[in-house]
Amino acid sequence: MIGGAYRLFPLILLLLSACGGGDAPQQQPEPLSRPVPVVRVAADAQPSPQDLAAQQILRRGNGEEPETLDPHRAQGVPANNILRDLFEGLTIELPDGQVAPGTAEHWDISRDGKRYTFYLRDDARWSNGDVVTAEDFVFGLRRSADPATSSPAVQVLSPIVNAHEVFAGTLPADSLGVRALNDHTVQIDLVAPTPYFLSLLTLPPAYPVHRPSLAAHGDQYSRPGNLVSNGAFVLSEWVIYSHILLNRNPFYWDYEKIYLDQVYYYPFADQNAELAHYRAGDLDWTYEVPSSQYDWLEQKLPDELSVTPWLGTYYLGFNLTRAPFEALPELRVALSLAVDRELLVDKVTRFGELPTFHLVPKGIPRYESPEYDYENWTQAEREAEAKRLYQRAGYDEEFPLRIELRYNTSANHKKIALAVAAMWQQVLGVETVLINEEWRVFLQNRQQGRITEVYRGGWIGDYNDPYAFLEIFHSQHRQNDSGYENPTFDRLLERIGTERIPSRRMRLLAESERVLLQDLPLLPLYTYVTKRLVSPRVQGWQPNVMDNHLSRWMYIVRTEDELSQADREANEQARRTTESELVDTVDETVDVLVDKSLDNLGEIAVDTVTKGVQRDPMAGDNPAVSAVDKSMESADEVQIQRAEMDAEVEAEPEPESIAGAAEAQELSPELRPERMEEDR
Amino acid sequence: MIAYALRRLLGAIPTLLMLITLAFFMIRLSPGGPFDNERTLPPEIEANLNARYHLDEPLAMQYARYLGNVLRFDFGPSFQYKDWTVNELISSGFPVSATLGLLAMALALVVGLSAGTYAALRQNSWIDYGVMTIAMTGISIPTFVVAPLLILVVALSLGWLPAGGWDWTPARMVMPVVTLALPLIAYISRLMRASLIEVLHSNFIRTARAKGLSERQVIFRHALKPAALPVISFLGPAIASVLTGSVVVERIFTVPGLGSHFVQGALNRDYTLVLGVVVFYGMLIIVLNFLVDLIYAWLDPRIRYDRRWS
Amino acid sequence: MSSKAELSSKATVSLPSVVPRNYGLWSEAWERLLRNRAAVVGGVLLLLITLLVIFGPWLSPFDHVIPDWDRAGQPPDAESSHWFGTDAIGRDLFVRTLMGGRVSLLVGILATLVSLIIGVAYGAVAGYFGGKLDNTMMRVVDVLYAMPFMFFVILLMVVFERNIFLVFVAIGAVNWLDMARIVRGQTLSLKNKEYVQAAQAIGVPPKQIILRHIVPNLIGVVIVYATLTVPQVILVESFLSFLGLGVQEPMTSWGALVNEGAQEMETAPWALVFPAVFLALTLFSLNFLGDGLRDALDPKDHY
Repeated sequence: MIGGAYRLFPLILLLLSACGGGDAPQQQPEPLSRPVPVVRVAADAQPSPQDLAAQQILRRGNGEEPETLDPHRAQGVPANNILRDLFEGLTIELPDGQVAPGTAEHWDISRDGKRYTFYLRDDARWSNGDVVTAEDFVFGLRRSADPATSSPAVQVLSPIVNAHEVFAGTLPADSLGVRALNDHTVQIDLVAPTPYFLSLLTLPPAYPVHRPSLAAHGDQYSRPGNLVSNGAFVLSEWVIYSHILLNRNPFYWDYEKIYLDQVYYYPFADQNAELAHYRAGDLDWTYEVPSSQYDWLEQKLPDELSVTPWLGTYYLGFNLTRAPFEALPELRVALSLAVDRELLVDKVTRFGELPTFHLVPKGIPRYESPEYDYENWTQAEREAEAKRLYQRAGYDEEFPLRIELRYNTSANHKKIALAVAAMWQQVLGVETVLINEEWRVFLQNRQQGRITEVYRGGWIGDYNDPYAFLEIFHSQHRQNDSGYENPTFDRLLERIGTERIPSRRMRLLAESERVLLQDLPLLPLYTYVTKRLVSPRVQGWQPNVMDNHLSRWMYIVRTEDELSQADREANEQARRTTESELVDTVDETVDVLVDKSLDNLGEIAVDTVTKGVQRDPMAGDNPAVSAVDKSMESADEVQIQRAEMDAEVEAEPEPESIAGAAEAQELSPELRPERMEEDR
Repeated sequence: MIAYALRRLLGAIPTLLMLITLAFFMIRLSPGGPFDNERTLPPEIEANLNARYHLDEPLAMQYARYLGNVLRFDFGPSFQYKDWTVNELISSGFPVSATLGLLAMALALVVGLSAGTYAALRQNSWIDYGVMTIAMTGISIPTFVVAPLLILVVALSLGWLPAGGWDWTPARMVMPVVTLALPLIAYISRLMRASLIEVLHSNFIRTARAKGLSERQVIFRHALKPAALPVISFLGPAIASVLTGSVVVERIFTVPGLGSHFVQGALNRDYTLVLGVVVFYGMLIIVLNFLVDLIYAWLDPRIRYDRRWS
Repeated sequence: MSSKAELSSKATVSLPSVVPRNYGLWSEAWERLLRNRAAVVGGVLLLLITLLVIFGPWLSPFDHVIPDWDRAGQPPDAESSHWFGTDAIGRDLFVRTLMGGRVSLLVGILATLVSLIIGVAYGAVAGYFGGKLDNTMMRVVDVLYAMPFMFFVILLMVVFERNIFLVFVAIGAVNWLDMARIVRGQTLSLKNKEYVQAAQAIGVPPKQIILRHIVPNLIGVVIVYATLTVPQVILVESFLSFLGLGVQEPMTSWGALVNEGAQEMETAPWALVFPAVFLALTLFSLNFLGDGLRDALDPKDHY
C-alpha cells in the first residue's frame, strides 16, 4: 500500500474560492480578508444518553506499529491516527473532515493572507492540568522544524517564513516565522498565501509540546507515563506489536463531550488476521480489509462494510530517463489507452475504485479537471487508437515492445500488474516481464531510475488540493521518480505557489495538469477508495475523503439485542421524566437511563435535544456549521467569531450558516457515489 | 569436562565476532536504507537522521562503534521504533516467544517421541503408516495454512478460543502453540522412528533380546538412549529458532514476539534491531549446541570431545 | 558388540580393490523395496504426479498466463474446462497447479540433493576427525545458522542476475546446516563402533572409512531428514518469491499457489485445496518411498 501519508482537509480553500467570485482576471485582486467561517459541532449532533452503551470502549485496528508517538518525529497514517487523539492542534478536523477551531478558539487572517493570528482558548489544559500556552505551540513548531529533531514530516511546515532555512540548518530554529504575542496568542507568518494552511495545522508536526516533560524525559518523552498531551485522550499503555491504550484525558477542555473512556489501537501486520479479530468481535473498527474478500464482505457484512472515496491515485510510472520511454510520448499514450480501466476495477480491484485518466482525483472542491479527449471514447476506440500510436512509435507484432514492470511485493500490486500486462499483450502484443521486488529494493530502484522502466506508483494527497498531486512531478521534486522535466509545467507550478486569487489559482492548476497529461509521464489507473469494517455500534463518525477519523467524535451505542422488553418500558418511562433535562450529565445518566433501540436514535435526538438545529446524528450528512459573520466582511482583519461549543449559547442558526453548510457539503459530489450514502 | 566447557566458552568469542562481522556487513551492504519511504525525506532531514544515528561515518568506524557497544551488551537504539532501544524490544518480545516456543517444544517432544517410538515398534504396519501420515500432515500443510484454518474453525465457527491477541492467558496460547508444534512433531517423530528402527536392528539389541530381557526393558534401557541422538542434534537449532519466535505465527495470531521484530526489522532496514536479534539468536545457538554436545556424551558415553581420535 | 560376521564383511568391502558395489546388493535392495507396499504406492504416485506435471498442461485448452476475465474466481467446473476453477483474475488453476508443480518438484528435489550432499560430507568429516577440526567446522555452522537469510538473498540478487540457479544456491546455503549437524552427531557415535575401529587398525585411509563405513550407516537418518527437507525447501522457495528471487509471475509454484490460496481459503477454497493436495500427496509419497529406501538399503539388514 501507500506508505506514510498525512492527509489534510482544507475547508478554507473551499470558502476562499466560494467568495473569490472575480472570475475576470483583469479585476483588482480581491482582498483576502473576507469572513472565514467558524465551523463547530452543534450540541444536537451529540448522542442522547439513553442510547449510549454502558461501556464506552473503542477498539480500532491500526495497520502497522507506529514508529513513535512523539508528534514531531512520527510519520505515517497509523501514528497520525493515534496522535490526533492524543494531541490537539490549533485547528482540528470535524467528523466530515472539515477544519474547525481546536485549541485556538478563533483566528485572524491578514488581508494578504500571509499572517495568521490564533487566539487560544482559556480552558485548554495539558493532561497533567497545566495550562496550554501560546509558547507551547511556538516551541512545538520550532522543535518540529529544528533539524536536530529530524522530523520526517517537517515539510508540512514549509509555508511558514524561514522554514526551509531552518530545516537546512542555515538559520536557527527560533527564526521560524512563529511567535507568541502573549500567553494566549500565536502569530504565524507565511511565505505566500497558502489556502490550505489551516488544515496543515491539524497535523502532528504542528502540535504543541509540554516543555517540562520533554526536558525531564528527553528521548523517552513519548512513552506511556511520560507523555503529557493536550488532546481528548492520554497515553496509558503501549506494548509493541500488541496494543496502545488511550484513556480519556480528565483535563481536556471539552471533557464533558468526549464519550469514549478508552480507545485501544491494535497493530496488524496481516489483513486477514485483522478481519478475523473483527469477526470474532474483538474489534470495532478495522484499518482496512483484504482486497480479495470483496464478495464475502459484501455478502456477509454488507452493513458494516464502509467503502468511500479516498483522495489518492493509483498509477504506473514511466521512467523517462532511459529507453524506451525517454522519447516517444505516443508509445506512452498507446500503453495507457490499451488498458481497460473499467475491466480492471470491475474484475481486479473490486471495491468500486473509480477508473481515471487523471492524476488529480476528481471532486476536489472548485477544481475542474482538464478535458482529456480519450476519456469519452469507448474502449474499442481507445484500443484502435492505441494500436495506431503503437505502430507509429515503431513497434508491431513482429517487433514487439519488450518492457519490465516493477512492483513491490503485495497481492494487490501483483494482480494489477498481471492484468495490465495481459491487456498490453492482448491489445498490442507487448511483452512484459513482471518483476516484484522487496519494498526497499523497489524504492531504491525506482528512485535511482537506472534499471526501472515501468513502476507501480500511487499517491495520497496530503491536503485536499490539486497541488498536493501535481507538485510531485515538478522536475526538482524529490518524489519525481519518472524523471519528468518540462519547463512549462515547472513554471506553472511555481506560479501556483504565489498565486493569491483562488479562481486563477485553480485555473493554473488545471492548466498544469493538462500539460502533464499531454506528456503522460504516468499511466493513471484509478482513484483509491478507503475500505474498512465498522461496527454499527460505533457512531459519531462520517466518511471523508481524507479518511481521518478522530475518536473524540465517536461513541458506542447500545444494540437492539441489548434491550429487553423491560428495558424498553423503563426507557419509555425514563424518557418522559427526563425529556426536558439535557445531555450534560452523560456519565451519571448512562447507568440509570435505559436506552432506546438503534432505530429510534434519530427520533430521540429530535425529541430530547431541544436546542440548535434539529438534526439526526444518524444521518451524518450535515456538518454542523456555524455562522459566518457577515458584518466582518469589509474589515481589514477578520475577527473570527468565537466558536461556542457550549450548547446553552448555541442559538438558532443564522441563515448564513445554512448557506455555509450547503457549501461545505458541496465538497465532492463526484466523489460520493451512491454507496457512500448506503454505508452509513 | 570442565576444561572442555571452558574451551567451548572461549571458542564462543571468535564465533560471535565472526557472526557480528559477517552480519553487520551483509546487512549494511543491502540496498535500501532505514529512512527510505514512499515519501522521500527532504535531503537535509535525511542527512540529519543519518548523522543522528552515525550513519554518515565510514562503515569501518560504525562497525567499531557497534562492536564496542555490543561488548557492553548495548545493542543501541532501534531505527524504526524511535522510542525504544533494541535491548528493550528484545526483552519485551523474547519472554512471549520463549513461552510459546517452550510450550510448543514440550508438546512436540511428548507427542513426537511417543508417536515415533510407537511407529518404529510396529514398523510397516498400518498403525505405523497411520501415525506417520498424521505426523507428515504437520509438515505438508504449511504454517500459513494451518494458522488461519485454526482461527476459522476453532475461533470463528466454534467460538471456543479467541482469534488471537496476547494477554498471557492460556486461551490465547493454545492455537499458536499447536501451530508451532505441528511441524516439530513431524520432524521429531520421523527422526525418532527412523533412528529407533536402526537401533532395534543393531546387534547389541539382538544380544539384549537374546539375553532374555523383556521387550520393555530392551526398549527403555537400551534402545531409546542411542536412538535419541539424531533428535537431539535436531533439537539444538530447533529450540533456538522456536524460542525466538515464528513470524508467520506471530503475524496471524497477532502475538508480540521476537520473530516479528526480526523480519519487520529486516524489511525496515532497522540495522540495529536486526543485528541485535541476530546476535541474540547466535548466542542462543551457541549455548544450545554446546548443551547438545554435552547430551551426546551423556547418551553415548564413548563420545569424547577432549582428544582427537586416531 | 557387533558380530564377527559383520566386522569381517565390513573389512572385506573396504579392501582397496575398488569393485563397484556389487550388483547383487542393489538388486537385493530393489527386491526388498518392491516388497514394501507403502513404498511402492508412494513411488507410483510420485511417478504419476511427475508425469502429470510434465504432460498435464497440454490436456487443458488454457495456458497459465492469459486471464479469462469473464470467469475470474470461478469454482471448479467441467463445462468450461476449468477443472480446478480459476484464480482471482481468471487464470486456469489446473494448468497453474501443474506448471507450479514443475518448479516445486525441481526445486524440492534438486535443492534437497544439494543440501544433502554438502550436509553429509561436511557433517561426516567434522564428526569423524573430531577435535579442533570438528570444533571449528561446527562453529562455522553456528555462525551460518544465525546469519540473516533475508539479507543474504537480497545481496545475492544485487550481485547476480536473477535466475533459477540462484534459487538453489540460496536454499542450499541454509538447508544443509541441519543435515550437517545431524550427520556429525551420528558420526561421533558411529566412529566408536568396533568395525570402524577395526578398519582404522588395519590402516584403511579415513576417506575410505568415511565412504565405506560411516556414510552407509547414516543412510537411514539421512533419507528421513532429506524427506523432511523437501517440504521446507518448497516453502522457502515461495518466501524467495516474496523477496523477488523465486519464480516470478506469471510463472508459479506450489508454495506460491498455496500461499495465495491461504489468503482466500474461505471464499475460494479450490484455490487452496488443489495445490495443497498436490503438495501433500507428493510429500507423503516421498516420505513412504524414503522409508522404503531406508529399509531396503539398511546395511544392518544384510550380512
